[in-house]
Amino acid sequence: MCGQMHRGQKSEEHRLETLRETEVLVIGAGPAGIAAACSAAECGRRTIVLDDNPLPGGQIWRGKEDPNATKWLSRAQRAGVQMIHEAQVFAAMMNDTRVVMAETPDGLCAVRSPCIILATGARERFLPFPGWTLPGVTGAGGLQALVKGGLSIEGKRVVVAGSGALLPAVAAYLHEHGANVRLVAEQTSWLQLIAFGASLVLRPSVAMQGLGLIPQLLGIPYEAGCMVTAAHGEAKLISVTLRHGSRTWQVDCDYLACGYNLVPNLELPVLLGCAIANGYAAVDEWQESSLPGVYCAGELTGIGGVDRSLIEGQIAGYAAAGKQGKPKAQALWPQRQALCAYAERLDRAFALRDDLKALATPETIVCRCEDVRRAHLDALAPGSWRMAKLHTRCGMGACQGRICGPAMSFIHDWPMESTVSTRPPLFPVRMETLTAAGLTERTAEKTGEVNR
Amino acid sequence: MPIEPESRPIVLTVNGITVRVAMGATVAAAIAQAGVATWRRSPTGEPRAPLCGIGVCFQCCVSIDGRTNVRSCQVRCRNGMDVRTDA
Repeated sequence: MCGQMHRGQKSEEHRLETLRETEVLVIGAGPAGIAAACSAAECGRRTIVLDDNPLPGGQIWRGKEDPNATKWLSRAQRAGVQMIHEAQVFAAMMNDTRVVMAETPDGLCAVRSPCIILATGARERFLPFPGWTLPGVTGAGGLQALVKGGLSIEGKRVVVAGSGALLPAVAAYLHEHGANVRLVAEQTSWLQLIAFGASLVLRPSVAMQGLGLIPQLLGIPYEAGCMVTAAHGEAKLISVTLRHGSRTWQVDCDYLACGYNLVPNLELPVLLGCAIANGYAAVDEWQESSLPGVYCAGELTGIGGVDRSLIEGQIAGYAAAGKQGKPKAQALWPQRQALCAYAERLDRAFALRDDLKALATPETIVCRCEDVRRAHLDALAPGSWRMAKLHTRCGMGACQGRICGPAMSFIHDWPMESTVSTRPPLFPVRMETLTAAGLTERTAEKTGEVNR
Repeated sequence: MPIEPESRPIVLTVNGITVRVAMGATVAAAIAQAGVATWRRSPTGEPRAPLCGIGVCFQCCVSIDGRTNVRSCQVRCRNGMDVRTDA
C-alpha cells in the first residue's frame, strides 16, 4: 500500500531538497514520544520528533504548567532532540528506505529514518444518541481541550458525561475555570467502580478519581450507572435527558461534555503495516511492533495514562538505540508490568454497557461528516465497515471515520482495526504538499474522496 | 473574572465582527467569543460546532484568510485574521 507510491522524476528531485535524515524518528510529542526521544538521544542516537501540535506535551500536558512535563522537555532539549511542531504526518514509504511525510505550515517535511517510534496517543470515543450533533455537545476531554485553547467557560452550565477516569478530572478542571458543573454522569455502575477502587489500594490518588470523590469534594454531584439519552435544542443545546435505571429526568445546560473512554490513534501504525491485536498495536517486550525497527508506545498499546506512557516510551527509545540501550530498557520491564495490570483494571471498571448501543434511534445521525443515519447502517446487518463505506458513505468524510469508526465498532461489534482508515493521505493536505511528496498521480482520486 | 484588554493583545475578525483574544487562543475560542454558535453546516444543512477539540473530528472547520476547511481548534489566532464560519 504505502510502500508502492508513485515517484515521478521531478517530485523526487523536489523531495530530496526537503528530505531530512535521522537515526531515530519519533511520531508524537506526548509523554510516550518525549520519553522515547530522550532515551534514544541520551544513547547518542540522532533523534527527530514530529508532532502535529504547536507545542509539545500531547493532550495531557498541553496548556498547563506540569513539573513532570517541564522535566522531560528540558531533558529532551539537553539530549539534543530535534522537535518539529505543527507537522501532521500523512503518508510514509516503507520499502528499502523508510520515509515519513508530514505537512507543516512551511510545506512538506520528509524524514528518512531506519528506526521509527510511534507514539500517536489516543482520542475520545463518541457514541451517537439523539441530539449529539447539536452545537454545545462536545467531548469531555474535548471541552477541556477547547478551554485550554482559550474558550471561556465562565458561568456556563455544563453536564459532564460518558465514561472513564477522565470525567472527574475534566469536571474539576472546568469547575476551576468558572463553569457551573451540574452533574457528572458515569455509565458504569458503583459496584464496578468500587471493585475497581478496591483493587487500587496502591494507587489511591487514581482510585479517588475513579470513585468520583474529587468532584464530590468540589460539590459536584457524581452519578454512576447514569447516562445521557438525548440532547435537546434547535440551533444549539439547551438541555439533556439523563437516565439512571428506570428514572429519567432533564437538566438544562449550555454544554454537554460527553466521551466514552479513549481509543488509540491506530491510523499510522496500520498504514505502516503494524499488526493490531484486540484493538491495540501489538508489541513485544521491547515495544517493537510486527515490523522490525518500528516501535509503538503509550496509549497505542493500551489506555494506561501518563506513567505507563513514560515507561513504555523509555523502553522503546532505549530499545531503538540498540545494544547500548537494551539493558536500560530491560530494567524498566517490572514497572511496565505493574502499570499494564492497572490499565487492564481500568478497562474492566469502565467497560461499556450494552444498552449504550441502543441510544441512537433509526433517525440518529451516526456519521457526522456525511450525515448517515443509523437506519442506513442497520439495513446492512450484520454488515461490515467496508459495506458501510461502500453503501452509505459512512466514514468517507473529512474525519475519515475517526469519529464514527470506533462508535460503529462498538455498536455493531465490528473489529476495531477493521474500522481504521489507512489510505494516504491520512489527513486532508494541501495540493502543493502532495505534489512535493510525489503523491498526486496515484492518490489524486483518493484525496478527492477524503476532501470532497 | 473579567479579562483585561491588555491581556488580550490579538485582534481579529469573525464574520466581520472584531474580537480581542489572549495570546495563544485558538480560532475556535475566538469564534465562540464572537457569539457565533454554528461553525459550519453539515451536508444536509444541520448546524455543527466543535466536538473533539483536538483536530480529529473536522466539525469545527471554517475559512481563515480565504483558505477553506481549516480546523479552527488547531489554529492559533493572529492579528488581522479574517475568519468566516460557513453558517
